[in-house]
Amino acid sequence: MSRLTVDVQGVGLLGPGLACWAAAREVLAGRAVYVAAPTVLPAPQRLPSAERRRAGAAIKLAMAVADEAVVHANVDPSHLASVFTASSGEGAICHALCESLAGADRLVSPTRFTNSVHNAAAGYWHIAVASRAASTSLCALDAGFAAGLLEAAAQVVVSGRPVLLVATDTPYPEPLHATRPLPDNFGLAFVLAPRGSPGSLATLMLSLAAAEGAPTAFAEAGLETLRGAIPAAAGLTLLQALAQGVAERRIRLPGAQQQHLVVDFSVQSR
Amino acid sequence: MTPLAISAFSLTTALGAGNVQTLEALRGQRSGLVNERFLDADLPGWIGTVSDADAVRLPAGLEEFDCRNNRLAWLGLQHDGLLDTIARARRRWGRARVALVLGTSTSGQLQTELAYRRRAPDGSLPADFHYAQTQNTYSLASFVATALSLAGPALVVSTACSSSAKVFASAARLIATGMTDAALVGGVDSLCLTTLYGFNSLELLAQDICRPWDAHRHGLSLGEGAGFALLERDCAQPLGWLLGTGESSDGHHMSSPHPQGLGAMQAMRAALADAGCTAADIDYINLHGTATPNNDSAEDCAVNTVFGGATPCSSTKGATGHTLGAAGAVEAAISLLALQHGLMPAGLNLVTPDPVLKAHYLRENRPASLRRVLSNSFGFGGSNACLVLGAAT
Repeated sequence: MSRLTVDVQGVGLLGPGLACWAAAREVLAGRAVYVAAPTVLPAPQRLPSAERRRAGAAIKLAMAVADEAVVHANVDPSHLASVFTASSGEGAICHALCESLAGADRLVSPTRFTNSVHNAAAGYWHIAVASRAASTSLCALDAGFAAGLLEAAAQVVVSGRPVLLVATDTPYPEPLHATRPLPDNFGLAFVLAPRGSPGSLATLMLSLAAAEGAPTAFAEAGLETLRGAIPAAAGLTLLQALAQGVAERRIRLPGAQQQHLVVDFSVQSR
Repeated sequence: MTPLAISAFSLTTALGAGNVQTLEALRGQRSGLVNERFLDADLPGWIGTVSDADAVRLPAGLEEFDCRNNRLAWLGLQHDGLLDTIARARRRWGRARVALVLGTSTSGQLQTELAYRRRAPDGSLPADFHYAQTQNTYSLASFVATALSLAGPALVVSTACSSSAKVFASAARLIATGMTDAALVGGVDSLCLTTLYGFNSLELLAQDICRPWDAHRHGLSLGEGAGFALLERDCAQPLGWLLGTGESSDGHHMSSPHPQGLGAMQAMRAALADAGCTAADIDYINLHGTATPNNDSAEDCAVNTVFGGATPCSSTKGATGHTLGAAGAVEAAISLLALQHGLMPAGLNLVTPDPVLKAHYLRENRPASLRRVLSNSFGFGGSNACLVLGAAT
């Protein structure tokens, strides 16, 4: 059985009722009650003003959690490779383009078209932090978090360098929303590093297995609703282990094609 | 990296369906681009359509995946022994040990564009619109994994026009780390109104046929295509080798390359280092060469800095059109054909060489025994990827 082992060095989080990692840690640890509330997206301060004006929800969300994670990990983002995973591009743009193209004049805004690519958030991030490091952008629909974690961990192991993982999901407006009903914006970021890196928060050992039983779920109803409704929120189960300070836990994440990504979470006592 | 065996590969573009038709077109220096309109688009220009895609029927039970992109994917899988070789890999390694890593930029976007024309009075989409199976970026991998009964990790890389070059790098990492033993990689992108009108809005769509490396180049011609390759940990009779991959970002601008191609240079150097070879070991470069003024000048600068001006190179987009998210896999397959058949393909449609561009650009086919070929793919968002491919023996 093959395994990938990486350390977690930093966390970023933004979602409904989860304003940042520091606040969410209390909720995930059970020390504070989860109160659902719409996600508030901050303006991306790292972006130059021209790009900031053009940034939609998917870009703002990804920038916010990426920023929080690199600050938390205290790493220089200008040399950090990145893996972005999302179940779609910018939903509002997809809708606007399809609406315009279904009409008579078919006027397409160049900025909208540019920002419609699935890797728009990654492109903006690398512009913001002036990074020429490698970056990839993935989609695996409801298995997106596991796909991103697998790719990022493989990069860490092969390159021997830290990698930023950014998992986000943004809802579509109607009528696409009815066909893909995501309730709100949710994003989560990790800075992952080679095993044994100084300042690590936890170690993740990843393996693939046929899906037997259900993926790891939450006992708390509000968090479980969130996990079930938004693909990237699958990663909250890892954050709960971190927040609760458990020494070890096995977590099963939904993977593609009837697989689970099994994560053996551990914290070495120091 | 440890060289990875390529046990099968195929491409389907406007040049033809499969390697035989493609090779014949390349040998004849024939372009697949035609001065015609896609659907009811009212934009002038040339496009590279795979007309056979219209008639494709998906396998029984998979009708919900029906859209132009998945039809093109299914058509692209029917040639050059791909299905047999994949079946053999599935048996040899186990279906959970064969990964699927595919690239696309627009996936089934056309299906959504057409569905928006059929919205009900209340604005809702028609009941026969299947979001996850068509519009979603992952629908390509979901369809192919289901159709081919693959149960390993499956994902789509969507980094605009570098997507299906980057799939080789992702798959190589999954195999190198022991997470899988084989991977079907590739890219599929089909024409849609979003890309036609979108590139037009950026004034990057040529009104004439695209003319890479020409002094009077005015932009790209869009094409569609499917390219696939099966990578295996080892294989008795490889058709070629993946020797190295390099990836980088520009971190410069969303839709324009860095003017000196700094990110492109970094990706090329990373690919050479990964392959354990030097610039002098590369016999031919398949350029990204979109024929936009900025791409070709930035890429020329990058290629000359890394290679000097001696290495023969060309863009094959004058033949296929720019197949966007499929371009990486399509051009990897053309590079493998070049290695197999000792053919450096000409860059088509060049009338007036641009005196500013210094690369050794091929205007006619050149026969040569090739050992290593480098293929460039660059995309929106400043996403760069570069592959080094090697001859079978």
